[in-house]
This record gives sequence, C-alpha cells and structure tokens, in this order.
Amino acid sequence: MLGKLSWAAIPFDQPIPMIASLLVMLTISAILLLFTWKGWWPYLWSEWITSVDHKRIGVMYILLALVMLVRGFTDAIMMRSQLALAAGGAQGYLPPEHYNQIFSAHGTIMIFFVAMTFMVGLMNFVVPLQLGIRDVAFPVLNSVSFWLTAAGVLLVNMSLVIGEFARTGWLVYPPLSELAYSPGVGVDYYLWALQISGAGTLLSGINLTTTILKLRAPGMGYMRMPIFCWTALASNLLIVAAFPILTATFAMLLLDRYLGFHFFTNEAGGNAMMYINLIWAWGHPEVYILILPAFGVFSEVIATFSGKALFGYRSMVIATMAICVLSFMVWLHHFFTMGAGADINGFFGIMTMIIAVPTGVKVFNWLFTLYGGRLRFDAPVYWALGFMVTFVVGGMTGVLLAIPPADFVLHNSLFLVAHFHNVIIGGVLFGAFAGYTFWFPKAFGFKLDERIGKAIFWCWFIGFYLAFMPLYILGLMGATRRMQHYDVAGWQPLMLVALLGAIVILAGIVLTGVQLVVSIRTRDQRRDHTGDPWNGRTLEWSTPSPPPAWNFAVLPAVNGLDPYWEAKKSPKSHRQNGPDLETIAVPRNSPIGFVLAFFAVMAGFALIWHIWWMAIAGLIGALMTILAHAWRVSDEVEYVVASQRQRAAI
Amino acid sequence: MAEPIETTEDQEAGAPRVAGGSWQGYLTGMVFAIILTLASFWVAGTDLVWGPGVPILLAVLAIAQMGVHLVFFLHISSAPDSLNNILALAFGVFVVALVVFGSMIIMANLNANMMSMPELMNMQR
Repeated sequence: MLGKLSWAAIPFDQPIPMIASLLVMLTISAILLLFTWKGWWPYLWSEWITSVDHKRIGVMYILLALVMLVRGFTDAIMMRSQLALAAGGAQGYLPPEHYNQIFSAHGTIMIFFVAMTFMVGLMNFVVPLQLGIRDVAFPVLNSVSFWLTAAGVLLVNMSLVIGEFARTGWLVYPPLSELAYSPGVGVDYYLWALQISGAGTLLSGINLTTTILKLRAPGMGYMRMPIFCWTALASNLLIVAAFPILTATFAMLLLDRYLGFHFFTNEAGGNAMMYINLIWAWGHPEVYILILPAFGVFSEVIATFSGKALFGYRSMVIATMAICVLSFMVWLHHFFTMGAGADINGFFGIMTMIIAVPTGVKVFNWLFTLYGGRLRFDAPVYWALGFMVTFVVGGMTGVLLAIPPADFVLHNSLFLVAHFHNVIIGGVLFGAFAGYTFWFPKAFGFKLDERIGKAIFWCWFIGFYLAFMPLYILGLMGATRRMQHYDVAGWQPLMLVALLGAIVILAGIVLTGVQLVVSIRTRDQRRDHTGDPWNGRTLEWSTPSPPPAWNFAVLPAVNGLDPYWEAKKSPKSHRQNGPDLETIAVPRNSPIGFVLAFFAVMAGFALIWHIWWMAIAGLIGALMTILAHAWRVSDEVEYVVASQRQRAAI
Repeated sequence: MAEPIETTEDQEAGAPRVAGGSWQGYLTGMVFAIILTLASFWVAGTDLVWGPGVPILLAVLAIAQMGVHLVFFLHISSAPDSLNNILALAFGVFVVALVVFGSMIIMANLNANMMSMPELMNMQR
C-alpha cells in the first residue's frame, strides 16, 4: 500500500535532522497559524498564489530563493564547523553518511534553488518592465513554471524528514548513484525534485525567450534593448538548449534505477562516463545561465550609478552572445582527469581560456563606464565593485584550472571548491543581491535600508574572503573536497579561519532579514513617490513604484538606447499622445500552477517511495488539471485606465 | 491618435503573414515527402547502388526530407520576418551537433591514457 514508506523512514535516532526538521515544522505551523489568525489566506490566494502577474511571480521566486539560501547556508556552516573540529584523530560531530547528504544537499540547493531561482526571479520581474510591455508572452505558463520549481523545493526539503537525501555529491555521478550502490531513496529524491523543477525552468526559459524575441515596446529594435534584456536572452536561450540534456540524462538514470536499464551501470555495456559527459554538457552552460543575468545586473547598476551610458554597448552584446555560444564548447574541462588524451584535453583547455576573453571584455567595459562617471556610492554599487574584484580573482583561478596539467594536480581538491565558490558567490550571488537592492524600490515602492545594505555587503565580502582564501591554500596543500575528517593537524588553523568566514557570512544573512524588517517598519519614510529612486536609464523606472498590474497604461515609444534617460533630458517628448481612457486586458488569475504543482509533488513523492497507485493518481490529476484549464471559458479581465496624458493633466 | 495602444495585440494578430501556408504549398510538400520516403525504401532494397554507398544515399535522402519538412510544413524561409526562426533553428542544430559529435569524440578518446587491455591483464598476473 505504501511502497517502501514506513516509520523507519523517519530518522528518530539522529538528533540533528530531527531537531532541524522539528524547528522547520514549528516555524511553518507558526506561519500557517498566523496567516489563519490574521485571515490573510483569501488575500494570499487571490493576490499571490494564483497570480499570473510577472512581477508577483518574480517576487515569489526571489522569496523562495532567499528561504532556500538559509537552508543551503545551514548545510554550509555545518560542513565548515565539522571540518574545523575533525582534525587529527577527531571525527567531528557529523557521521560520514550524514555529512555526505549535507554536501550533496548544499550543492543541489544552492545551484538549483538559490542561484537559479534568484536569477529567474530577477529576469521575470525586470525583463517585461525594461522591454516596455505589459507581461511575459505566456503569463499562465509563467505561474506554472514557478509552482513547478516550488514543487521541486518541497520534495528536496521533505527528504530532510522523510527518508534521506542523496549521498553522492550534487551531480549524482554513477555508478555510485546506481541502485547497486545507492539503494536508498536519496538519489530518487534528487532526481524527481530536479526533473519537476527542471521542467519548470525549461518552461520559464521558453517563456522569457519568446517574450524578448516577440514582444518589445514599439520601436525597440534588438540594438535598443537594455543590456540586462540581452543577458536574459542569452541566459534563456541557454536554458532552452541545455535543460533538455539534463532532463534526458536524469531520465536515463531513472530508467536505470527503476526499470533495470543499463545506460550507466558497470554491467551489460553501460558506461558511467556517458553520464558524466552528458551532465556537463548541461552543467557548463548552466554556470553561464547563472552568471549572464548577473553580468546584466552589474551593467545596469554601473551605468545607472555612474550617470552615464554603458561603455561599449555593442561589444557588451557581442561578448554576451559569444559567451552564449562558447559556453557549449568547454564542458570536458570538468573531467580532464577522467581518461581523455592530450588532444582532447588540449582542445577543451584552450576553449576554456578563450571563453575568458569575452568575460574580460565585459570587465573592461565596466571599468570604462566607471571612468569619468560621477559614481554614487549606494549599496548596489558596493556589490558591483566587490564583484569586479572578486570575480576577476575567481576567473584567474578558473583559467589556471583550465590548464590540463594543473588540473591534474588540483582536481577534486579544496582549490576547486574555492574557485567555483569564488565565481558563484562573487559573481552570481553578489549580482543577485545587487539586483535585489536595485529593483526592490520598484517592486514595493520603498527603498531598503541603505546602512544595513552596506553592512550586508561587507559581511558577505569579508566573509567570503575569510572562508575561501584558506580553501585555496588547503587545496594546494592537498586537502580534497567532500572529506569528512583529516589526519593533518596542521590544516586545522586554516579550517578555523574558514569557519570564521562562514560565521561572518551568517551575520550577513541575518542582517538581510533585519534589513527587510527594519525597512518594512519604516517604509513610510522611505517611500519612492517618483518611481525613479536611482535616476535610472531604462523603461522600468518610468512606471510608478510599484507598477500597476498592466505596467504601462500606454506602451512607450522607443527611439534609442536608454529611452527613459533621453526622455528625462527632454521633458516634452516624454509626454505621449493617447486617448484619455483605455481598456487594457490583463490575464485572469489562475490556480492551475498551484494545482499542477500539488499533483507533481504527489506523483514525485509516490515515485520516490514506489507507491504506484498514488503516482498514477498524481499523474491523472495533473492531466485533468491541464484539460480543465484548456476548456476554461474566459481568461482575461479588462481594466479601464486613465492614460498617461490624463494623469499628467491631473 | 491611437497608435501606441494597438501594439502587442496587433503583432499577435499579424502573425499568419508567414509565407507558404497555402493548399498548394502543403500538397507540394506532401508530394516531395512521399517521393523521398519511397526513394529511401527503394534505395534500401536495390542492388543498382554500390553497397557501401547505400547508407550515404540514405543519409542524403533523410536530410532532403528534413529540408522539405522545414520549408513546406514549418515554413522556414529566407523572408526577413522569419529571421528569428532561422536563427533559432541554426542555434538548435549547432547545439545538437556539438553535443552529439562532441560526445562521440570524447567517448572514443576516453581510454587514451589507459594501457591496452591485454597489457593490463599481464600486469595483474
């Protein structure tokens, strides 16, 4: 009846996961009770859960990413404290099988549910506003994408309480992840969570690509698009091209695990190397999916706060698209040491160095934008400058690792761990926080607290260097990644420094929460009445903050780069001609995303635990939901809105 | 003046401008597709063609079939408004080719640093 599920699945004997899950469940029930007590459910349901407004969905993505950042960071600080303790003969406080789950969950959560989710959220919120349009191409699909991602998140977090998570590292390499060596449900949790959320990401990629290619404000040609939209286009093209590879690879591993196939086993002609090859054919574009929107954020931030146009817009576009293509030609550098000969290794090593060239072009463009500008030192600029220093360091160690002989020394060491944290924290995460601080007033109509914002930056910046510079050194000394304890007592001081860095980062995360609370409580003093708190350049700042559901009462006519900046310089051209009242059709809210996600969780959970009847019920439920949606009668609400001219008259 | 309003809706409404959506177009495509399909079956069974050349000819016919589908059914043309479609197709073909041929080359080269199996066996003895 319940497949493999029994009371034994709940780890009553392990105090750490039990206490953690108890705390999580207490928090969730406290939130649920508060919502019920305050009677917020109807509001939440009609304004957020069923919303198909790209801005609301973007905000929900980012909220999800912030929550998962806390979860992922909990794993991180557990690993750091374990390694600070487990020197010499000591074993620390985390047994190996638990430690393995923690580093697997940390990687999975941070990449798929923090970095990815944050970036998709930013793109969702910003791209239609910057393009001067009313919503994405497929608003309901957008909601479905978000809720499928949330379904994946829920499955990963369920593994904390019910059963276990993968112990195989964040990319579940076979043969370790095959049934013979990972008979538990951990790998299945991983696979089904990522299949479901991966489908959501793919749909979101199709949606945003279509939006950028097909829906732009009148007059906005490709070379008049804001640079963030270009990076979003490149990123979403990569999603569309790369995520099917991930889905297909996971599907093959699922067939191995569920139906006794032999794609990646050691027996019957299977070849585990094919999995590693395919997963990195997705995996390398994935890192550019993450970093390209961050590049876009920094371009916008640096141009805006320097008060001048971005230096080398065209070269920036070319560099972005070059990275988009080149990112598909370097994947073997993730497995230089797994057997390939010198020819192949040499080719991919050189390709890896070449991809650093367009990235370097971008760095110089940012530097020249800063040069001669009147830089205002607001919090987003802190993130941008911190990024430029940190990311260049990370890029350099990356080029170092791109040399195959060096990689033979450094692969699987803490040096590698330090390198990719250097680019992902220093690039993606700094970009995410820059974008979060930059567009927050647009989303909610008030600015975040500036002083706490800068403190958060300093915590992350200093914390990052404290936590990861020691790992570079340890890596060179021979410390491997994913080790649960070590014999060399001499490593311990550096491990303690790394733990200190993690604690400083923890302060940054706590301050992020404090900043939200403080800013919300004092929101009346920090209101943004103009809609343009930073003296912005692109169209999103021409709307009120927060923008209405339809974004623009009259679609703006664009006749150049930085249209809003130009319009502000000549106030007459800013006012547009149009009728006094307009009817604007806005898509009706739809619960399909939420309902689909419910059935997806049901089917996913059932498949993980081999509860076949429930899996069938979940799949039928999902199918019925789609059919019901296909036969809906009306899907648009009409609003009558005062046009801009009338508002100007008032 | 109502120009600014009629934008997005009109772009959608203007979509069926794509060339080739006519009866004749589909029929021509159908005929080509059938001819190419029958030709493939004929090539597979005939001995008029030099044996080792058969797979190559089949590949040529298959690519021609893809071309017919793209032009007549998916309406890929060189018209300026289908530039997006062509670029998307080119990017798709590029990525698929890269992954497929890249994987083949990589997998073929993976044991380059290994000793040959008999030597390895000798060492174990």
